[in-house]
Amino acid sequence: AMDTDLSSQDRKDLDKFIKFFALKTVQVIVQARLGEKICTRSSSSPTGSDWFNLAIKDIPEVTHEAKKALAGQLPAVGRSMCVEISLKTSEGDSMELEIWCLEMNEKCDKEIKVSYTVYNRLSLLLKSLLAITRVTPAYRLSRKQGHEYVILYRIYFGEVQLSGLGEGFQTVRVGTVGTPVGTITLSCAYRINLAFMSTRQFERTPPIMGIIIDHFVDRPFPSSSPMHPCNYRAGEDNGAVYPSVEDSQEVCTTSFSTSPPSQCVFTVTKAHFQTPPPVVTDTLKVPVMGLAFSHQLSSSRLSYQPAALGVGSADMGYPVLFAGGLNAAHPHQLIGPGKEGGVPPIPSQPAHGTQADQERMCTPLDGVHYSAATPSSSEDTETVSNSSEGKCGSPHDLLETIFVRKVGAFVNKPINQVTMANLDIPFAMFAPKNVELEDNDPMVNPPDSPETESPLQGSLHSEGSSGSSTGNTHDDFVMIDFKPAFSKDDILPMDLGTFYREFQNPPQLSSLSIDIGAQSMAEDLDSLPEKLAVHEKNVKEFDAFVETLQ
Amino acid sequence: TRCCGPPGAAPAMNCRAEVLEVSVEGRQVEEAMLAVLHTILLHRSTGKFHYKKEGTYSIGTVGTQDVDCDFIDFAYVRVSSEELDRALRKAVGEFKDALRGSGSDGMGQISLEFYQKKKSRWPFSDECIPWELWTIKVNVVNLANEQERQICREKVGEKLCEKIINIVEVMNRHEYLPKMPTQSEVDNVFDTSLKDVQPYLYKISYQITDSLGTSVTTTMRRLIKDTLAL
Repeated sequence: AMDTDLSSQDRKDLDKFIKFFALKTVQVIVQARLGEKICTRSSSSPTGSDWFNLAIKDIPEVTHEAKKALAGQLPAVGRSMCVEISLKTSEGDSMELEIWCLEMNEKCDKEIKVSYTVYNRLSLLLKSLLAITRVTPAYRLSRKQGHEYVILYRIYFGEVQLSGLGEGFQTVRVGTVGTPVGTITLSCAYRINLAFMSTRQFERTPPIMGIIIDHFVDRPFPSSSPMHPCNYRAGEDNGAVYPSVEDSQEVCTTSFSTSPPSQCVFTVTKAHFQTPPPVVTDTLKVPVMGLAFSHQLSSSRLSYQPAALGVGSADMGYPVLFAGGLNAAHPHQLIGPGKEGGVPPIPSQPAHGTQADQERMCTPLDGVHYSAATPSSSEDTETVSNSSEGKCGSPHDLLETIFVRKVGAFVNKPINQVTMANLDIPFAMFAPKNVELEDNDPMVNPPDSPETESPLQGSLHSEGSSGSSTGNTHDDFVMIDFKPAFSKDDILPMDLGTFYREFQNPPQLSSLSIDIGAQSMAEDLDSLPEKLAVHEKNVKEFDAFVETLQ
Repeated sequence: TRCCGPPGAAPAMNCRAEVLEVSVEGRQVEEAMLAVLHTILLHRSTGKFHYKKEGTYSIGTVGTQDVDCDFIDFAYVRVSSEELDRALRKAVGEFKDALRGSGSDGMGQISLEFYQKKKSRWPFSDECIPWELWTIKVNVVNLANEQERQICREKVGEKLCEKIINIVEVMNRHEYLPKMPTQSEVDNVFDTSLKDVQPYLYKISYQITDSLGTSVTTTMRRLIKDTLAL
């Protein structure tokens, strides 16, 4: 059997690696969908708590959910750990975007060394996961979440369910790591785009009622695990304090050896960690999801151009959620090695060192194993949280503060604007932009000047005068979207951007129009001969009149 | 430390070579190159080694951070090391200047090579044995108006996503990696000069290729125009 080939120590190590790999996988995925840039600091000295030598923070709530889903089990053949990422709009419609699968297959690699090669390959796989989570379509969606939709995650364990992704979903493989008990594979199946939206006919008229929405709302499988928003919420339940991961957890090993594998000693210390309860300072309470969004929809600003995904401006540099001067919510401490509690002495093998030395000289290096795992000299693990470089800002702020976009309470929706987001259709705001909107807009394409018949008018008429300003002169500069700063106004029913666009190309004053001036002069000139002829006819009357005056 | 061997020499027999190609606008060159190079180095850097007695060593922690591109609809993850970032930016900046100043059609390639040093006896100098070579071929296109540029932002973003997936695929093959060195050998395998991370020994070089004619540029322009026509 497989187990007899693998030493019990190796087996224990392997199980631990897989368990923490699964937990870190979930953290990376969820953190990549929070909607913010993630930043952690490198530390040249090992901290003893950074699994796989990577600085990946642990959001306690996420670890809690992952552990709940795993329920003490490990990924095995037929039992996969899945992280489902979905999108939920402010109207309450939800749609699956991605399923990340951590699976195990039967292909075993008996020769591989657990405590070195497997560990380092798992580390490499996590790096690949960091990279891949930024290149699937859901990443850009998640960076813009908050106003019209949120991104949710759900963890489940068991069989992979891909049916919610719609037809034609694509798969990307993150990587595989062979182990003596099977091959770990990590992959992602994702909905390619919101292509199904383009088959619908969106009109500028009031919403179409009775659209089939079961595709969006009904879940094909009753989920036992609830969905959670990726945005970390704090302060909502002050009582629910999730135990931090390091509570009652073994320290991860950070020592390696260049000695040959014959002497392999691996000890784990169970240190007692200090877990200060999270201190909640200065948090903004996030209102319950459903209520928050209906409120926002009625009082929110709707941009003049409907934000259509995949078309036009993708503003990566500006996440939708604003910090707005929040203070740190949670000083999230990474736990350092405990100063008390049982640290078992490392079994000493005095010959080990010298033998290793000798063997190093004679034989080529064979691989590495742990020789001892001691909590490192008490280095302050807070280094990961605080960055002095300024680039990260305050990393723990990024993950633990709440970002809420505060909208003016009395902001009115512009009356005459019909944007896609107004329509009461699921995912209306994702509809492809109706290009005709602009073509029919008289401000952009003003009507032609009225025709004139006078022949003289032709010579006097100058080209390109009234009302001819269009976008043509600005061919090389297309205004994609216009969001002037500080443009919200409680008084005006429209914002400054809309105002600017509407009145950007006003028609000229008619009195200034050379057309009309030329027209009247031409008319005058035309009528002159006629008038002269009439006066000539009546010349005798005029003369008689003049005489009466003398 | 200088490395030996003529630049651009053919890699050794057991050195794997990967080639990536991108077509970008001039102002996108830097970000695109940094995205690819950083992604590769993310996978080819470890924490700092600290050797202790009895031949054991511990490994430091590698932090990561997100980088948003300004001229491309794209974001990537890099190792949190300002020194490494500076080194890459310097190399990419030189490449970009060379591309611009060449007067050619804007074609060039930048190479990232990972190597090991093998000490030789005097009077022979140390050998540099490459074990992995990444070549990124770049074609700079010129676009006529803002609409084309906007499309290019998105297209290049999508292309870079594909490149990242390609890179990860290669990394996942778990092919040859230098053995973990002893303390005396560590500088033959890793670049230990940085204070916070430890990449494998690498060097970056570039070549500006003579114009092979405008065919490639025209194709790219045609692609964009076709997209617009749709």
